Amino acid sequence: MLVPIQEFLHRHRTKWVGFAFILPWIVAALWFDLIPFVVNLLLSFTDYSVSTSIPNWTGTKNFNEIFTLDPLFSKSLGNTVYYLALSVPVRLVVALAIAILLNLRIMALGAFRTIFYVPSVVPLVAVSIIFFGMFNARYGIFNQVLILLDLPPVRWLTRPEWVKPAMVIMSTWGFGAQMVIFLAGLQGIPAELYEAAEMDGGNYWQKLFRITVPMLTPVIFFNLIIGIIGGFQVFASAYVLLGPGGGALNAGLFYVIHIYNNAFSYFRLGYAAALSVVLFLIILFFTIVMVRTSDRWVYYGDT
Amino acid sequence: MVEGIASRISKWVVAYPLLLIASVVMLFPLIWTLSTSLKTAQTVTLREVQLIPDPIQWSNYITIFEEAPLLRYTQNTLYMVLASVAGGVVICALAGYAFARIQFPARETFFYILLSTMMLPHVVQIIPLFVIFDRMGLVGTFWPLIIPRLLGHNAFYIFLMRQFFRGIPLELSDAARMDGCTELGIWARIVMPNSKPVLAAVAIFSIQFAWNDFLSPLIYLGPKQELWTLALGLNAQKGFEGEITSLHKMMVISIYMIIPMLAVFAFGQKYMIEGVTFSGMKG
Repeated sequence: MLVPIQEFLHRHRTKWVGFAFILPWIVAALWFDLIPFVVNLLLSFTDYSVSTSIPNWTGTKNFNEIFTLDPLFSKSLGNTVYYLALSVPVRLVVALAIAILLNLRIMALGAFRTIFYVPSVVPLVAVSIIFFGMFNARYGIFNQVLILLDLPPVRWLTRPEWVKPAMVIMSTWGFGAQMVIFLAGLQGIPAELYEAAEMDGGNYWQKLFRITVPMLTPVIFFNLIIGIIGGFQVFASAYVLLGPGGGALNAGLFYVIHIYNNAFSYFRLGYAAALSVVLFLIILFFTIVMVRTSDRWVYYGDT
Repeated sequence: MVEGIASRISKWVVAYPLLLIASVVMLFPLIWTLSTSLKTAQTVTLREVQLIPDPIQWSNYITIFEEAPLLRYTQNTLYMVLASVAGGVVICALAGYAFARIQFPARETFFYILLSTMMLPHVVQIIPLFVIFDRMGLVGTFWPLIIPRLLGHNAFYIFLMRQFFRGIPLELSDAARMDGCTELGIWARIVMPNSKPVLAAVAIFSIQFAWNDFLSPLIYLGPKQELWTLALGLNAQKGFEGEITSLHKMMVISIYMIIPMLAVFAFGQKYMIEGVTFSGMKG
């Protein structure tokens, strides 16, 4: 008699308890994810500004402006794509190459891994400040070394053609996190595969490109997606290194900096929201295309 | 495994030299930072390479406190760090436990919502969040930086916790449940004490992200210097390219900002690398 009642109470108590445990997350998800997502969409069709307390519905005016009137839209989008098309592959290849070297059963693996990882724990603003100093045309170490090597010095942060390579160099310094992931992936490749290849007389390069790289494609794919999504949203490093203006001739004006300027310098929050909606759709498009085409080159086991 | 002579030679001829060169390249910016931080306003603008400053001006590390309210910045940053760690290891752990171990209606639906918020690019939240906090009159206060962190607003941490908790043997919690232990009791007495690796990883990530955050302090604290965090203070120290004579001061603040993160890394390296690996392989 008592047992079913207890069970009933217990079941319903746990039901309630489950919700209680996730309640803070529900509040946070509503407050900081879902409602903002909807509000952002609505704002993008208005002329909302901090000064005008009541936003006016302006239809697709913001989007028309983005695509037809705003020269900095295509400029900043082009800069961003240029930057991520360079930085993402470079960082990936360096991380993979170093991980492959570390996986050769070398001595002092832990020490090397630590050295390569340390730059990844340096705060982003500090990274930008350090490279701001190192890239300085007169007193920075990059040009001092170029001069020592009898090469012409470069105005890294004040010449439009050098701003993005400077950003790429800076971002490559932080390859350690990806390297650690690749290293774990390499250690997970079954040794039998290599032994079989050796018996068939496969050389090092054949093993690398026929076994190692194909077996790592899921990890490469994941890092590529994360890198591209992050690359589209690059902000702090460029803002600190180059300032809100985006460096020489806007060469370092990245998309999120353009959003930031519209929102917090010109107080055009509605327009900035529209810009962010466009970037969201671009990121979504890239992600879908990459996921859809991934089965052509990503190896997911023999299933 | 026996190594062939060829592979041993290639290791010594190719791998070690490459790794050593890469190590020097990777450590060089930090060495340069330390070196620059010890220069004077005069030697910082020398045109030639001078890795060991002459003179070495250790007092830079003390006089900087007269130029920038570093203690105030550190204190402000620590508020964010504390809120972030508390939200991460308590609130996210509670939610992760519910998703891993408690049956409740629509759990799977909520879990899909959790996963989809993980995919949401941060850029679509910047403007509306500012508008919402602005309407609440909270812009120019610390609350927009504290509330999301305290509420455990990080789907990724919840996901990490859930994955880890699912690996803890059910027998332990079932036995406790038989003895009349509540879910909260099981969470506190059985699950949490057995989850040190994931708690450490989440705590470390929380510290790092709060310490490094730049965009939200920039947006919400703006000109209120008394509320600035270290990241904002360091950025403000940067002048224009022409005002490079304060480079050594920027490097002093950078070093002050880096050292705590190096300490966190030194103590938590194992958990950090496990966490990064886990998120990169299965996330």
